[in-house]
Amino acid sequence: MKIAITSTGNSHDSTLDQRFGRCNFFVVYDTESKSTEFIPNPGLNAEEGAGPASVQLVASRNVNKIVSGEFGIKIKPLLDSLKIQMIVLKDSEKKISEIIEMLNH
Amino acid sequence: MSPRLKTLRKVLNPPIIKGFKPYGPEVGKNNTEPVFFLFEEYEALRLCDYDMFTHHQASEFMGVSRPTFTRIYASARQKIAKSMVEGRQITIEGGKVYFDSDWYKCEKCKSNFNNPEREKPITACPLCGSEEVKSIEIENAIDDKCVSETKNICFCPECGFEQNHPQGVPCKMQICPKCNISLHRKTTVIC
Repeated sequence: MKIAITSTGNSHDSTLDQRFGRCNFFVVYDTESKSTEFIPNPGLNAEEGAGPASVQLVASRNVNKIVSGEFGIKIKPLLDSLKIQMIVLKDSEKKISEIIEMLNH
Repeated sequence: MSPRLKTLRKVLNPPIIKGFKPYGPEVGKNNTEPVFFLFEEYEALRLCDYDMFTHHQASEFMGVSRPTFTRIYASARQKIAKSMVEGRQITIEGGKVYFDSDWYKCEKCKSNFNNPEREKPITACPLCGSEEVKSIEIENAIDDKCVSETKNICFCPECGFEQNHPQGVPCKMQICPKCNISLHRKTTVIC
């Protein structure tokens, strides 16, 4: 199963980005192969439609879950129809490595 | 120019069946084309005739305006009548909808998450695996209970002057005799 995490940087020590559409990086973590992939967000400075574009990018990697601080109103119905689970974590201090550790429970 | 986009209609749950089939000796003789019943029409019918909500309350549940809701509902009834009178099959599909999912909270890692696969109940937190998960119903509970009701009264926002709302004339067209400004429709929130 693949899980996307929004990140502020491209290392395991970066923290969770509280925004979904305009986060700096997406981390795609594979629970089976334990591999991580850092994808820079192309919609970071987009004027509008950053959220739906991000959904498209993440959905193209066959992700089942997304961990982020917040999801916009345009995103929720989109992810609902794609059957992608949203996990809202209101903790901006959490590091990517810590989240991956939690996912390996 | 392309037409204005339709707002997404919120549907609580997809229907448990995919459609209806007529039976009898006359079935399939002339009208074989099925009637396509949209998900939003199913939801409108469910809210209005099964759960007995008013159009105004139901429109708030679906996230559309009251006139739009009434149009969806009228279309639903028209299609049902058509299928009955002409002996056509009903197929429930399509429509501009999204399914609202349930939200849960984990007591251990304090994360909120939803359940996109509504058939499977949530037993453990998808993040930390803790089993201390709680369903969040606060948001929905307020939506369920508090409904703003429109009254047949126009009022002046400045001085509080009230008069009976004349049928078919918008409140904005009425002028307060004291302050000379347009009136507003009176609404109360019932919880």
